[in-house]
Amino acid sequence: MANAISILPDQQLAVLNDTYRKAVARKRLKATLAAAVFFAALIVAAIGAEVNLRTLFSYFGNFVSYFDRILTLEDGTRVWTNFGEWFWGWQKWLKMLGETILISYVGTLSGAVLGFVLNFFAAQNTSPAPWLRFVIRRLLEFARTVPGIVFALIFVIAFGLGPMAGVLAIAVHSAGALGKLFSEIVENADMKPVEGVRSTGASWLSCMRFAVLPQVTAGYASYALLRFEINVREASVMGFVGAGGIGQELVVAIRKFYYSDVSAILVTIIVTVFVIDITTGWLRGKLFGKEARA
Amino acid sequence: MSQLPKPDTDALRTKYPDVFDRPASARLAMPATISAVFAIFVFGLVDLGFSPTKLVSGLSQLGWITVMMIPPDAGSSLPAYLAALGETLSIALLGTTLAAVAALPISLLAARNIISSNLLRFPVRRFLDSIRGVDTLIWALVWINVVGLGPFAGVLAIALSDFGAFGKLFSEAIEAADKKQVEGIRASGGNALHEIRFGLMPQVLPVIAGQVLYFIESNTRSATIIGIVGAGGIGLQLAEQIRVLEWQKVSFLILMILVAVAAIDWISGKLRFAIIGQRAVA
Repeated sequence: MANAISILPDQQLAVLNDTYRKAVARKRLKATLAAAVFFAALIVAAIGAEVNLRTLFSYFGNFVSYFDRILTLEDGTRVWTNFGEWFWGWQKWLKMLGETILISYVGTLSGAVLGFVLNFFAAQNTSPAPWLRFVIRRLLEFARTVPGIVFALIFVIAFGLGPMAGVLAIAVHSAGALGKLFSEIVENADMKPVEGVRSTGASWLSCMRFAVLPQVTAGYASYALLRFEINVREASVMGFVGAGGIGQELVVAIRKFYYSDVSAILVTIIVTVFVIDITTGWLRGKLFGKEARA
Repeated sequence: MSQLPKPDTDALRTKYPDVFDRPASARLAMPATISAVFAIFVFGLVDLGFSPTKLVSGLSQLGWITVMMIPPDAGSSLPAYLAALGETLSIALLGTTLAAVAALPISLLAARNIISSNLLRFPVRRFLDSIRGVDTLIWALVWINVVGLGPFAGVLAIALSDFGAFGKLFSEAIEAADKKQVEGIRASGGNALHEIRFGLMPQVLPVIAGQVLYFIESNTRSATIIGIVGAGGIGLQLAEQIRVLEWQKVSFLILMILVAVAAIDWISGKLRFAIIGQRAVA
């Protein structure tokens, strides 16, 4: 195909060239302005956060040497040369780790059940009344915006030190997060089955049970598993405020400078998180097919 | 109105045998799963020391706390709280920016379409995963040991834990990029760096910018809590007030956090759409 390229007359071309140049210039100006605002914000932030480049450089050595220290046993050898010595407290740590996983399991399940109950009231297409929907939505929003650890701090005072506060904190936070995700799944559900069930004279509850639930269960399970994964990480720090789990051991080790213990506990946590990520990922894949992670 | 013909049950039974006689394994799978899930739940409740009396007394205590929270009142410490909030926002902004800058080159090493060798990519990916597997609060504690108490430790903690997340997200964005542009650069004689700079980056940068903005928003949340372990910001004030049981101040601080997070959500949502258009955000 031989197409001749038509060239516009100079006059017309000049006008087009001019508008093009102006458009590019406007775009450049916009980008420059945005960059300037961004850098100004960074500088203000750096002052606000008391960043000092000199301290950063002088402390960077500290950072490297910190890792050097946590990877060294008391007798000066590297940790991996003597696993027995490195993981000397493995029985205690495994017990705490089990507690962490149980905290996130019980917390996630309670949160999921709570979110499950609330989500039908929060979804646009199934909520029985607009005012109820508004109230439930604000409630869920509150539950997921306040960080879990803040709930834990308050619950530790109300329920006493121990894993119970951690479980409840995770449950409340998960209910907020899952309630929203669940209600989004419900909003995407096909409404025809609901109409079918309603046409037989069924109540609202039966509509949910027989028309909506069968469509959404797999999605619910998938999100709940994802939440479990996140909550294991969250539960690992619940101990910092006294709400149970391995975080308690970790915070003691860090504060008291038991260097090799810090690395041993960190390795334990990382391995656990890996194992749980992989397992839940595999389970989710089975439930939901190859779906992108939320 | 004519009557519908009565269904022939036997014919249906032969046609769809697995609807009428489901194998025992299929019938039992659901109840078995549910009872297993429930059994572990009950075991967890017992093992974690749940008791009805503790729950009831705790809930009544919680009720009292809620009553004492009303009305929210900052007392005379409003300026201090506003300064703390500013510190939190600074931590989030700086931490995220540092993380993004550091993660960009590393994410190239973790992307399949740039580094084709599994041997090289695998350790980079596991390294990023390990950083991500540790909670921000833990990193904050580690950094406090290194640079001392204060917001600087918070910045570094957020930067490090986000570095892990960004590395993964960026490399996924790079892997999703269209190969044609890169091939075009190669065809015109560009080297590997040219391919990345002119073929890849123009495609990837808007996606990355969207993700960075999204993280600034979610980091405002993380930044509000790292103060609990002493890494600066409004979390420090919050933890203090909870410890001394000043509930009115606590509720005021929580409200401040909620408002700040909502404001950042709104702003970064606007910016995100301005950068990447109205497409859905990963």
